[in-house]
Amino acid sequence: MCLAVPGKIMSIDDSGGELMKIGKVNFGGIIKDVNLAYTPEAKVGEYVIVHVGFALNTVDEAEAAKVFEYLREIDGLDELTGEEKQG
Amino acid sequence: MKFIDEYRDKDASMRYSELIHNITTKSWNIMEVCGGQTHAIVKYGIDELLPKSIRLIHGPGCPVCVTSLELIDKSIEIASREDVIFCSFGDMLRVPGSKKDLLQVKAEGGDVRIMYSPLDALKIAKDNPLKEVVFFAVGFETTAPANAMAVYQAKEQGIKNFLILVSHVLVPPAIEAILSSKNNLVQGFLAAGHVCAVMGYNEYFPLAEKYKVPIVVTGFEPVDILQGIYMCVKQLEEGRHEVENQYVRVVSREGNLTAQNIVSTVFKIGTRKWRGIGEIPDSGLVLQDDYIEYDASLKFGLADLVVEEPKECISGQILQGIKKPNECEAFGKICTPERPLGATMVSSEGACAAYYRYRKI
Repeated sequence: MCLAVPGKIMSIDDSGGELMKIGKVNFGGIIKDVNLAYTPEAKVGEYVIVHVGFALNTVDEAEAAKVFEYLREIDGLDELTGEEKQG
Repeated sequence: MKFIDEYRDKDASMRYSELIHNITTKSWNIMEVCGGQTHAIVKYGIDELLPKSIRLIHGPGCPVCVTSLELIDKSIEIASREDVIFCSFGDMLRVPGSKKDLLQVKAEGGDVRIMYSPLDALKIAKDNPLKEVVFFAVGFETTAPANAMAVYQAKEQGIKNFLILVSHVLVPPAIEAILSSKNNLVQGFLAAGHVCAVMGYNEYFPLAEKYKVPIVVTGFEPVDILQGIYMCVKQLEEGRHEVENQYVRVVSREGNLTAQNIVSTVFKIGTRKWRGIGEIPDSGLVLQDDYIEYDASLKFGLADLVVEEPKECISGQILQGIKKPNECEAFGKICTPERPLGATMVSSEGACAAYYRYRKI
């Protein structure tokens, strides 16, 4: 129920005003309209996390890599390079 | 897909599993609050990657499962009316009411429609001015901004035939109900990442302090969950009880203030009955007085309907982590996803359905 999926903003239409701002968001090839009222700072090219047609937040790319950095910090693993994991 | 695939990485998962094994010296009970996390844990076998002494207890974090029988019966009553188009997320259609479910209402000719977003229901209201269009607003804090926006827009746009049947529940009061219960087994929590994406995690500091439990805000992919468990076990082993955030890429401490603002404009906190658990004070959202004309329960004179829960289903104990699905005598026998006795078997995120689907016993 609380499933929310990250997708990339392809374009933004704000002609309906700030609260009905709609983005075309790409989820691995499937494009859907998403309400961006709650992420007024989101820009084209950025990723948002989407739940029932609304973006809940933008995804922080710098923080996203930290799950793996945390592992590296713990034991100096070098096989999980950032480049390899950017997918 | 970016931000999903890398968090399903097998090497990183195995490494976190190893780290958890390395630091664990005692038995610990950790509850993942959210049904989405339960689903991932069972699907990816995350519990099997843990030391035997770490027990994951599946929490009440599935709004479909905890919606009271009373509200399901109200939805059925409303959806059966000829003047109504009843809109709902798909999960709710097969939740058994006292006599039938919404799918049966649809089969009998009721206009019941499955929605992806509450804004779709608002559009249907605009397009069908002679009908009352009712949206079944279930959900945790994650879904509240979407449902609040639909009502807010209905008022802004002067749409009078849009109503919502509100079944919103809140996570922190449920955590507190579990912690304050004399049966409580839970020593640490993985808080639900998407609830916190909206609300932040300030609310959890007093809970961690009062009950001396670590609370780790956690994401939904295997690597996220394993890292969350690692952080939680580390705190338990070190005797700490802090609030930590594993899901930093999506969650900030303050949460989404724009969303919180619309939610508190439209909704206020009220008492809510949880299926299988009972009434928890201040554990739900109800419409603010300024938006009360959008309340379907009032509009159709159902505000006073009271329905008692049946006895045969132990979903209340499942939801509180007192029993596991396979410890129920009905599990997989008289209770299956095709013929569910209770809501934890109905919802795809319910603990019973997850066990049935991925772990046939």
